[in-house]
Amino acid sequence: MSRITTTFAKQKPLLNIFITAGYPQVNSLPELANQLFTKGIAILEVGMPYSDPLADGPVIQQTSALALKNGITMAQIFDQIKLIRKTEQQAPIFLMGYLNQLLQFGPESFLKACTDAEVDGLIIPDLPYEVYLSSYKPLFERYGMAISFLITPGTSEERIKALDAACNSFLYIVSDNSLTGAGKGQFSHSQLAYFKRINDMNLKNPTMIGFGISSKNMLIEAGKYANGAIIGTAYLESIKREENEAFISELTS
Amino acid sequence: MIQPTEDGFYGEFGGAFVPEMLHANVEELRNNYKRILDSREFKEELGDLLKNYVGRPTPLYKASNLSAYFGANIYLKREDLNHTGAHKINNALGQILLARMMGKTHIIAETGAGQHGVAAATASALMGMPCKVFMGEIDIERQAPNVARMKMLGSEVIAATSGSKTLKDATNEAIRYWIGHPDTYYLIGSVVGPHPYPDLVARLQAVISKEIEEQLTHEVGVERPDYVVACVGGGSNAAGAFYHFIEDEQVKLVAVEAAGKGVESGESAATYQLGSLGIIHGNQTLVMQTGEGQIIEPYSISAGLDYPGIGPMLAHLLSTGRCEALSATDEEALQAALLLTQQEGIIPALESAHAIAALERLPLKPTDIVVVNLSGRGDKDLATYMKHFDL
Ligand SMILES: Cc1ncc(COP(=O)(O)O)c(C=O)c1O
Repeated sequence: MSRITTTFAKQKPLLNIFITAGYPQVNSLPELANQLFTKGIAILEVGMPYSDPLADGPVIQQTSALALKNGITMAQIFDQIKLIRKTEQQAPIFLMGYLNQLLQFGPESFLKACTDAEVDGLIIPDLPYEVYLSSYKPLFERYGMAISFLITPGTSEERIKALDAACNSFLYIVSDNSLTGAGKGQFSHSQLAYFKRINDMNLKNPTMIGFGISSKNMLIEAGKYANGAIIGTAYLESIKREENEAFISELTS
Repeated sequence: MIQPTEDGFYGEFGGAFVPEMLHANVEELRNNYKRILDSREFKEELGDLLKNYVGRPTPLYKASNLSAYFGANIYLKREDLNHTGAHKINNALGQILLARMMGKTHIIAETGAGQHGVAAATASALMGMPCKVFMGEIDIERQAPNVARMKMLGSEVIAATSGSKTLKDATNEAIRYWIGHPDTYYLIGSVVGPHPYPDLVARLQAVISKEIEEQLTHEVGVERPDYVVACVGGGSNAAGAFYHFIEDEQVKLVAVEAAGKGVESGESAATYQLGSLGIIHGNQTLVMQTGEGQIIEPYSISAGLDYPGIGPMLAHLLSTGRCEALSATDEEALQAALLLTQQEGIIPALESAHAIAALERLPLKPTDIVVVNLSGRGDKDLATYMKHFDL
């Protein structure tokens, strides 16, 4: 069984933590990742800092800009992930970034580097699934790289089914019409109705709810409608306050 | 007519690389824009507005003094005489009618020089729709008169404080706002963005070349120009000025980019010369970027040309050799602005001054018919002119 399959067979709610590589220091990732895994997170999502992250709110914009200022490169990100894997860590690691980063690295070289670093899958918000199917799928398959697609409140039922068919890891349920961000601290009724609607579709892929999630309560709530939740901004803010260890302890307790 | 493929590609340039959050919006636009633009209702209403509100057709003016100076027949397509002072209004009115016919009630726009922002604010005032304009913090400073105009027109001007705080970042912020507010209509200001925007904006600006063609035939009595010259930021005035001439290979098309302090100075916005294939603002095109795909902050004295990408249609025309790329530095543009002002009594926008500056680089013959698209007037740039010319 792949690391992804093994993980999603586990008890809900699963916690996926997003961290911007190169933040707060250029070499912070391996140590923070080990701490996260020790505390029991299920999945690690590593953000590849980008100059123009269109789907990201102010916090991830700022951590990305700082990471780039710190001098983080793709080669360093892959090396740091290899270091994480040296600890025999078997949780899935996803890379999240923008299509231009993959294009400039060279799609094939990029996927090979991912495989070498034992990355499990990619999340590329500006890679539409149609383009994935027409131009990238064979390459992803050749390198055994999984892909995750986003679903939003505006995604039609027909399109959700198509995304589910094309996806081979988990569907990323964007919690609201929004950028990444800390959100409002709780889900609204319409958000819960949306999560229920997706859950009732009995999709073939596991689902993770992300964007705007900031607390243990929201994680538990997400677990009622999906396999778990993705927390990014709130975690990055806890790093800034130097309270990340306590924040993760609470989330995983 | 030049048209992208169903997926929005001109050769290898174009497409719609948008996150899922924008899929439904972009799809809705893609499914409706051609039908609405081709409808009689739309054509009649836009035609009436362009004639009676904007003041079209704009003159094709034979600049005799400039002609003598450059040794060729220089004609200026006077987009600067449009209501609001630039070609941007052609697109803004077209898109706001489209928005209304699609049932949209809220407008957002990005702006660099503020000309598109003013055009969008004007169109919104006319249609009674609330409008938010995103503008880089640096541009808010250097184009202050346009900021005041937008506010007076009732629009909200929102400062983009990320990145280089110029047009690229204003566009990022507009797209981000759109993600959070999918019920708004994004009235984009140039031939950039995800498909169908490049085609939509090119069609709305094509009125420029249509008029040039008619004016050359009926007023000047020539079949075609030898050259059409336009400045390029995103590329909308160039796309409009070139549109009806693209199939006629005898017409040389010249796109003038902003070289800033020099193409090789590290402070430039000459995307064709410095860029490589990449993705920016939802389309694949030439982009100024690092080897790792990080977008490089551009620089130009002209806020409207200070952009690290180029519309996919222009990228295609340039890459296939159908169109030639030239560039002009800040200094050359300033001198050209002074030249046009003192030779012809026309104070151009700094953007348009780049097109004038490039005339010197063309191997002109006395018989040549050269049409320069004078995309806008210089009122907004007075502070810059005052500073540089010690006025
Ligand atoms: C007068 C004028 N010309 C040209 C431009 C550049 O835009 P584009 O390349 O889309 O014509 C601008 C943009 O602000 C402008 O205000």
